[in-house]
Amino acid sequence: MISLRVAVASGKGGTGKTTVSTSLALSFASEPPLFLDCDVEAPDAHLFLKPTFERRQEVGILIPQVDEARCAHCGRCAEVCQYHAIAVLGEKALVFPQLCHGCGSCALVCPEKAITETLAVIGVLESGPAAAGVHFARGVLNVGEPMATPVIRQLKQWAAPQPGQAVIIDASPGTSCPVVESARGVDFLLLVTEPTPFGLHDLRLAAQVGRALNLPIGVVINRDGIGDNGVAEFCAAEGLPILLRIPFDRAIAAGIARGRPLVEICPEYTARFQELWAWIVEQTRQVERGGA
Amino acid sequence: MKIIITTVSPNIESEVDPRFGRGAYLLEVDPDTLAWQAHPNSGVSAAGGAGIQAAQLAANQKVEAVISGDFGPNAFNALNAAGISMYLFGSCRTVREALERFKAGQLERVGAPTQAKHH
Repeated sequence: MISLRVAVASGKGGTGKTTVSTSLALSFASEPPLFLDCDVEAPDAHLFLKPTFERRQEVGILIPQVDEARCAHCGRCAEVCQYHAIAVLGEKALVFPQLCHGCGSCALVCPEKAITETLAVIGVLESGPAAAGVHFARGVLNVGEPMATPVIRQLKQWAAPQPGQAVIIDASPGTSCPVVESARGVDFLLLVTEPTPFGLHDLRLAAQVGRALNLPIGVVINRDGIGDNGVAEFCAAEGLPILLRIPFDRAIAAGIARGRPLVEICPEYTARFQELWAWIVEQTRQVERGGA
Repeated sequence: MKIIITTVSPNIESEVDPRFGRGAYLLEVDPDTLAWQAHPNSGVSAAGGAGIQAAQLAANQKVEAVISGDFGPNAFNALNAAGISMYLFGSCRTVREALERFKAGQLERVGAPTQAKHH
């Protein structure tokens, strides 16, 4: 049985991705999902899902190490590196680990076989059981490390769902590499936005990412009641369904600030998230049938 | 002897460009004969590692010194490894001014990165 995978993203930060993704995960009536916190630069879903971590694994990327005795200083490694993470300066080859993406091209092209690759740890993966039977896993990028994508990629491989188990992915804000890596290979993209010009601006970008990845998209409007009609008009024009509206409400904000999930603050949302999930299930079935 | 100055336009009459990695041109000059050659700086549009890329070009051209407005940590380490000395323009506005002050030994030599890390 195939697992249905849904990524929650937003573009703009602070729109309520984690509010939505954690409450969605807590709303499963049976067979709780696997939850992946892919916001590895600032993971916070654990505040709401309260996991007990039982497995832990360090992750990193393979960084070149140059054997100066073998190096002929031909400069091929520096030429092939797209990120300028290795330079050959006269009689010295210099590696800049924080620019390295770990692609291995330098080692591949070295005619002297002077480059070996060693693991540089950039973060950690953790997993364990969480509230309501949710299986929780997250990546944490070490402070000072610039590259989130390898941690996200390895998290998605490391924390595999049981057969048929749903997967909910909490992505990072923005629309760059980490978001693309989080959403890559999912079945549905849920975009959380707020009805403000800033929310709309970034929703537009996030929807473009979803389209580029060929994903069906649904929208959740958080803090409904503030701002203007721009988001609703955009969704109508683009054919993006608005699946849920969460009002701008002091009680919700106060509860979230105390680390309480939305479905605990307002239990009536459990049924709403179940409906939302059922809609996504139906929608992705149709896509499968349409594509077959 | 050859040196590199970061410049706004590709000629010796140019004003200096204060950025090393992201400077528009890397002007290679012989301070004695004033023979010059302009290299467009491909690091201008690089996603990252622009300073390293510019330092690599300086090392490939076997220059002895580089004059610019500032040097980040990666550029500094790369130029340092290549044995290329680094100098600051100071108040100089044009290449010719910078060359005069360089020859007179009046430019400040850089012994540490002059700019914080980008990441």
